[in-house]
Amino acid sequence: MTKSVTDVICPFCGTLCDDLEVVVSDDGKTIVDVYNACAIGAEKFMHAQASGRVTRPRMQQPDGSYKEVSYDEAVEYTAQMLAKSKKPLMYGWSSTSCEAQSVGHEIAEQVGAIVDNTATVCHGTTLLAVQDVGIPSCTLGEVKNRADRIIFWGCNPCHAHPRHMSRYSIFPRGFFTNKGHKNRKMIVVDPRNTDTAKMADIHFQIEQGRDYELLSALRVALRKEVLPDTVAGVPKEKIYEAAELLTSGRFGIIFFGMGVTQTLSKNHNIDEAIMLTKDLNEFTKFSIMAMRGHYNVTGSGQVLGWQFGYPFCVDLSRGFARYNPGETSSNDLLRRGEVDAVFVLGSDPGAHFPISSVKKISELPSVAVDPHITPTTEVAKLHVPVAFVGVEVGGNCYRMDNVPIDARKVVDPPEGVLTDEEFLTRVNKRVKELMEA
Amino acid sequence: MSEYLIKNGFVFDPVQGIKGDKADIAVKDGKIVKSSEISSKAKTIDAKGKSVMAGAVEIHAHIAGPKVNEGRNYRPEEKLFGYTPKKTGSRMAGGFSIPTTFKTGYEYARMGYTTAMEAAMPPLYARHVHEEIKDTPIIDEGAYPVFGNNWFVLEYLKNKEIENVAAYIAWLLTETKGYAVKIVNPGGTEAWGWGLNCISIHDPVPYFDVTPAQIVQGLLEANEYLGLPHSIHVHTNNLGNPGNYETTLDTFKLAEGYKAKNKFGREQVLHHTHVQFHSYGGDNWGNFESKSKEIMEYVNKHDNITIDLGQVTLDETTTMTADGPFEHHLTELNHLKWANVDVELETAAGIVPYIYSPNIKVCGIQWAIGLELALLAKDPMRTFITTDHPNAGPFTRYPRVMKWLMSEKARKDQIDAFKYSDKVVAATHLASLDRELTMYELAQMTRAGPAKALGLAHLYGGLKPGMDADIAIYDLNPEKPATPDEIEAAFSRARYVMKSGTPVVVDGEIVSHGNKRTLWVNAKVNENPQVVRDIKDKFLRYYSVNQANYKVANHFVPNPYIIEVDATQ
Ligand code: SF4
Ligand SMILES: [Zn+2]
Repeated sequence: MTKSVTDVICPFCGTLCDDLEVVVSDDGKTIVDVYNACAIGAEKFMHAQASGRVTRPRMQQPDGSYKEVSYDEAVEYTAQMLAKSKKPLMYGWSSTSCEAQSVGHEIAEQVGAIVDNTATVCHGTTLLAVQDVGIPSCTLGEVKNRADRIIFWGCNPCHAHPRHMSRYSIFPRGFFTNKGHKNRKMIVVDPRNTDTAKMADIHFQIEQGRDYELLSALRVALRKEVLPDTVAGVPKEKIYEAAELLTSGRFGIIFFGMGVTQTLSKNHNIDEAIMLTKDLNEFTKFSIMAMRGHYNVTGSGQVLGWQFGYPFCVDLSRGFARYNPGETSSNDLLRRGEVDAVFVLGSDPGAHFPISSVKKISELPSVAVDPHITPTTEVAKLHVPVAFVGVEVGGNCYRMDNVPIDARKVVDPPEGVLTDEEFLTRVNKRVKELMEA
Repeated sequence: MSEYLIKNGFVFDPVQGIKGDKADIAVKDGKIVKSSEISSKAKTIDAKGKSVMAGAVEIHAHIAGPKVNEGRNYRPEEKLFGYTPKKTGSRMAGGFSIPTTFKTGYEYARMGYTTAMEAAMPPLYARHVHEEIKDTPIIDEGAYPVFGNNWFVLEYLKNKEIENVAAYIAWLLTETKGYAVKIVNPGGTEAWGWGLNCISIHDPVPYFDVTPAQIVQGLLEANEYLGLPHSIHVHTNNLGNPGNYETTLDTFKLAEGYKAKNKFGREQVLHHTHVQFHSYGGDNWGNFESKSKEIMEYVNKHDNITIDLGQVTLDETTTMTADGPFEHHLTELNHLKWANVDVELETAAGIVPYIYSPNIKVCGIQWAIGLELALLAKDPMRTFITTDHPNAGPFTRYPRVMKWLMSEKARKDQIDAFKYSDKVVAATHLASLDRELTMYELAQMTRAGPAKALGLAHLYGGLKPGMDADIAIYDLNPEKPATPDEIEAAFSRARYVMKSGTPVVVDGEIVSHGNKRTLWVNAKVNENPQVVRDIKDKFLRYYSVNQANYKVANHFVPNPYIIEVDATQ
């Protein structure tokens, strides 16, 4: 006999689907099947089951081999490392719950750490742009119920957010959009001919790195002013046409991704995209939304926001919170050699950071907390395996539109394996003792 | 638990009618008791030469939730100064108009405020609101879910289905762990879904074909049908526009003929918030003028209405409201950064920084209007001090507002400091008002009044035996006249504050995180299969989350104070 858990939240991407059905064995220990998820989401659940999973902390030995240690020893090592360090970096936080983040921040406050999340290599530029010019946005349900003009700019949801289009943006029939995708015009801006681009009514295959120019040109076109013959490789007639299409809709939205946040001009691209959105509100209703990657990177920004007032790159090392991306951002700190210990939880910088940063991590006292063996755990001095958030333990998460959804537990973690929150709570207690001593 | 005796203070307590007499206040097990009920072991606190009041009650502030946090995150510039480090027993704390959650709790407590209501909770984001409330130390809090643009409400009220609205309210309060029925720009915020607005209370809402007037009146009736502790809490249409006082009066009139029905001692059926923003005459910014007299004449005559001020404090601040179209209008006026979120089926919110400059005539007039409302109020039990934090200014400026209300000289000094004093004086009545609020009236406007309007008079707002031991002691001796600046200083840093019998502030400093509670209302209604079906249907078809993932679980509210309401019959 099996049983089925419904309304399960997928802890993979920022789409944060909450309609999964997971079939588990009668004893509640193994996942048999996952319904409604996309392939990558389902994989996340099945991966929790993979054999050979590490279930006890492992300490790297001088010869590169690993020695199993107890959680007590792991807590002690982590607490000692953080308490002794003058300026530790506590990085990640995007693939864990808000509850765990909150405990992490308490530790960081005591030891004077820098807390940074994966936005630092992803949508951090978006956060900067929002600080410059604000952001008119909406929830994904508004898109489903009202939107008839959809732009995907520098993102490829077919692969990165596979259920985005079916749940929210292109296909669903909503209250004012009862014909589904027939109600909607889809524009894709991408130098590559992606699978998403192939579905578009209009695909602007722009010259690489010319996003800022095309965004500006659209703003010019809205004002019906003069454009050069081509902008970013797009003929001006097409740009005027697109402006016409956007203003003739009732409710539009721009979704954008890493193709525009981490390419030439970075945050200035997003400034311009937001200002285009603002301009469009002179004609009709328009919103803009970042396609956030990790399922709870948004939550990390939220918890940091209410506790310290900044969404990433938060430097607590001086006893009060400072924020200065470029100075207090993980890669800048690592490459300048400004941090003397590294704690990673809920991310894999070993795979996503430049090699120069990863080298620095490998040279420092370091702890990586992760259910998997990852490139980061391979360079860290201590690897602490933990339960999968959203599979083996619940916890609050924020979707890309900032809607909070409480993730569910579907199966037990392997015998004796701690959760992020449990491990952090023990470290917090020990750090308190050490700091007071 | 501990016992305390607060000795020899000058007590101001509207609940018992004590107007500055010397009296001792005894505390046992978190409650106020008769002096005879405590033992000789009670700890004595000397309040000689000081004023003693109940902890103050904030009836309307934006202090927790998605728009507040967006404000924090998109204004790093706000935190460059004034960040305070971690100390033993307290966390680091920063921010000015949108302080961090820790700072919010600490600053309220330091001023002697022990309870605060978050004024606008988007139901879909309720979990976020409660996460922040959980991280706001010391003060008891509740949150008002917004109803005035909710599709269920619009559809039921189109057909005047009051019982269905009531059943839906009961359901939503429980799902979101909410406290009261908030209405913001009724209908106008739904219209904003299309970039439109409802300016008067008779403008039909696009597609839904119901008017703001019908929404307000229907929710009022449903609120009284349920007998909730608080009345409907209204921010009407047309906020911030010259000439809007007529819309405000039209809204007040919707309450005519209704009497409060509840078991909590609440007498009003409609609370209108930040009335300053709704008391404008003229038809452009040139002939903009105060209509506070017209507004207060009405309020004074109708005792089923309460109001709060929304006093402008003349600071740089951050405006934020579920009045989406208003914030868009504001960014067009001041060109500062605009954030907006439209929330499916429910509401919207906008944020724009704003600078209330003493060098701008309109700001001076707004400042005067707020004070006029308070000074023209005949019944201080029905007019409450707020800044609609952070919209007209941060709540940390309450001591300054109190100074202006208590001192004609302080007001005159401020008027003289305006760049366009003459024009401000000509467009307002303030210069001719010599009333100075007494400590007793202040206690009515900040303690007993709001507590009663919230249906919480049994817990808060007074020092009568049986009530919660929420107590503030201020360095003000009613026998010695205080200068305006001394008034402000005394209210800024209470000498001593107790929350539910636990000392939380001593000599102006935080000594404990207390034992904060979250207040919410659990209303029971008769089974209503239609509403159950409608809810299920809306989740299946229009929401972007599943119904099973909507409810705020108990663990988000670790220390609840649940108020039970039974509307089954
Ligand atoms: S789209 Fe994202 S959240 Fe949804 S099932 Fe796929 S991986 Fe999971
Ligand atoms: Zn308000």
